[in-house]
Amino acid sequence: MARMAWFKKERKPRTAERAKLEIPADAWEKCDECGHIDIKDRFVRALNVCPNCGHHRRISAQEYIDLLVDEGSWHELDGTLRSADPLNFESYRDRLEAAVRKAGPLEALRSGYARLDGMAIDLAVMDFSFMGGSMGSVVGEKLARLTRRSVEKRIGLVVVSASGGARMQEGVLSLMQMAKTSVEVARLRAARVPFISILTNPTTGGVSASYAMQGDVILAEPGAVIGFAGPRVIKQTIGQDLPEGFQTAEFLLEHGMVDAVVPRSELRDTTAQLLRHMAGRQPAEAAD
Amino acid sequence: MATHTLDFERPLLELERQIEEMKRVAGEAVADVSKELAPLEKKLAELRVEIYKRLTPMQRVQVARHPKRPYTLDYIKTMCTDFVELHGDRLFRDDPAIVGGWSRLDGMSVMVIGHQKGRDTKENLRRNFGMAHPEGYRKALRLMHLAEKFRAPVITLVDTPGAYPGLGAEERGQAEAIARNLVEMATLRVPIITVVIGEGGSGGALAVGLADRVLMLENSVYSVISPEGCAAILWKDASQRERAADALKITAQDLVALGVVDEIIAEPAGGAHADPDAAAAAVGEVVRRHTRQLRALKIEKLLRRREEKYLSMGALNEK
Repeated sequence: MARMAWFKKERKPRTAERAKLEIPADAWEKCDECGHIDIKDRFVRALNVCPNCGHHRRISAQEYIDLLVDEGSWHELDGTLRSADPLNFESYRDRLEAAVRKAGPLEALRSGYARLDGMAIDLAVMDFSFMGGSMGSVVGEKLARLTRRSVEKRIGLVVVSASGGARMQEGVLSLMQMAKTSVEVARLRAARVPFISILTNPTTGGVSASYAMQGDVILAEPGAVIGFAGPRVIKQTIGQDLPEGFQTAEFLLEHGMVDAVVPRSELRDTTAQLLRHMAGRQPAEAAD
Repeated sequence: MATHTLDFERPLLELERQIEEMKRVAGEAVADVSKELAPLEKKLAELRVEIYKRLTPMQRVQVARHPKRPYTLDYIKTMCTDFVELHGDRLFRDDPAIVGGWSRLDGMSVMVIGHQKGRDTKENLRRNFGMAHPEGYRKALRLMHLAEKFRAPVITLVDTPGAYPGLGAEERGQAEAIARNLVEMATLRVPIITVVIGEGGSGGALAVGLADRVLMLENSVYSVISPEGCAAILWKDASQRERAADALKITAQDLVALGVVDEIIAEPAGGAHADPDAAAAAVGEVVRRHTRQLRALKIEKLLRRREEKYLSMGALNEK
């Protein structure tokens, strides 16, 4: 019966086909938050956000740069600044060397200029993998210089923070970087140059208590832990467990401490949109 | 007296006992012991000077935290006249961990603001051991703006273990409150003078300590983290606090060497708690001198110098 021919489809041996679909074991990744297992490539394409629960994994400073700026427009600044170990703090030099091996020589904050949707921007991105994104003299100086550049060239400043706070090994000089960067932010304000602060997981201590919380607009990535004291210290102080969701980006939004919680996939467009508003430019469609 | 003796002060205690004993015996026997007493008292004074000259960083922390050490309100009472305390941040509540108000220094109106610790357990609970919440820093900023409006210098006294790490503090934006104070103090159009009188506890201290002049009492300390906290993080052992106190460089001498502090105010022999009035007189004298100097500057120059002061802080190499 000719009409039933589709039904009698010839059976092909499936083995060969199967072998082609085989996925190597290291291509799988698991979400730390919900346990969802998926192909690595799907995590990567989702900007390292879990396709299942939306958990934002930590990404490197380079990945934020790639995410935020127009391709090929990044120019690194002050890449040769190094910590001087002013206190001669025991094993600090070893820790610095280990951090350089792990995260590269550009310290816990990378700074540079670039374009975003064609607009000139100054961009600083903190790198948590370099000594927990801690702020010492180099971080403070790099940010101060970049902010000064923003004032001089009247270019909007974008800072992506990820930090456990001030760097102990440089003692009170680390603390003074809070004052130093605040002085530059004050100049930026007086010059009416826009400053967008983006908080990622985690932003605490001396960084949150200075420039990270001084933006004209403060954005936060979903689920990021943001606060002054770290959760462990608070737990120790009050002697009880912290409420569910305490110090998350959503908690800060609810308490009026950030302007918006923005998923990573929208970070670039939202930042560009805000900069256009604050720099008196036309919306993206009109500019095209 | 014996209740608050620090361990390194024990040798003093022995001598003090001997002197007391001698005086008591003399009183009973109507004997003249002044000949024997004088060298003992001289020795006591010398020993006190000697001990305090050689304090280790951690011992200075102990002095800075001494429960008899004069606090902000003690200094205001002795240094100033005409003090009117002002309360509240106008947003949430009054934070008793920070006090402030109008006051007079040599007849001139000034705004004095400082952390306030409690003298006993009850007061300490109320004042939260000098650990401010956001509303404390916001009150301080409100008073600074008031001073700016009426062109009065701001004098801040720092004495805090740190900004309070608690639920309410985080909910109400501890980080934001400190960050705001820093950026506002950077451009406040009146002279700001800060004196670290006890513990300079990290961001909680700096939140009222970004100033044209930063002064430190001889036995006060100023640090990015407490020695205990540092030791717990670096060596997982809070008992290594001596080691951390050495490493962190937290004494007044260290901070002058690092370019963070402008001048050290000498304390009376045996520390500020041994003679609070003398300590307050010393602080008053130095603060008056700096206030006079700063008031003579044009405001634009003052602000430029304040900026330059902080922009030059740090230590790095450029390859």
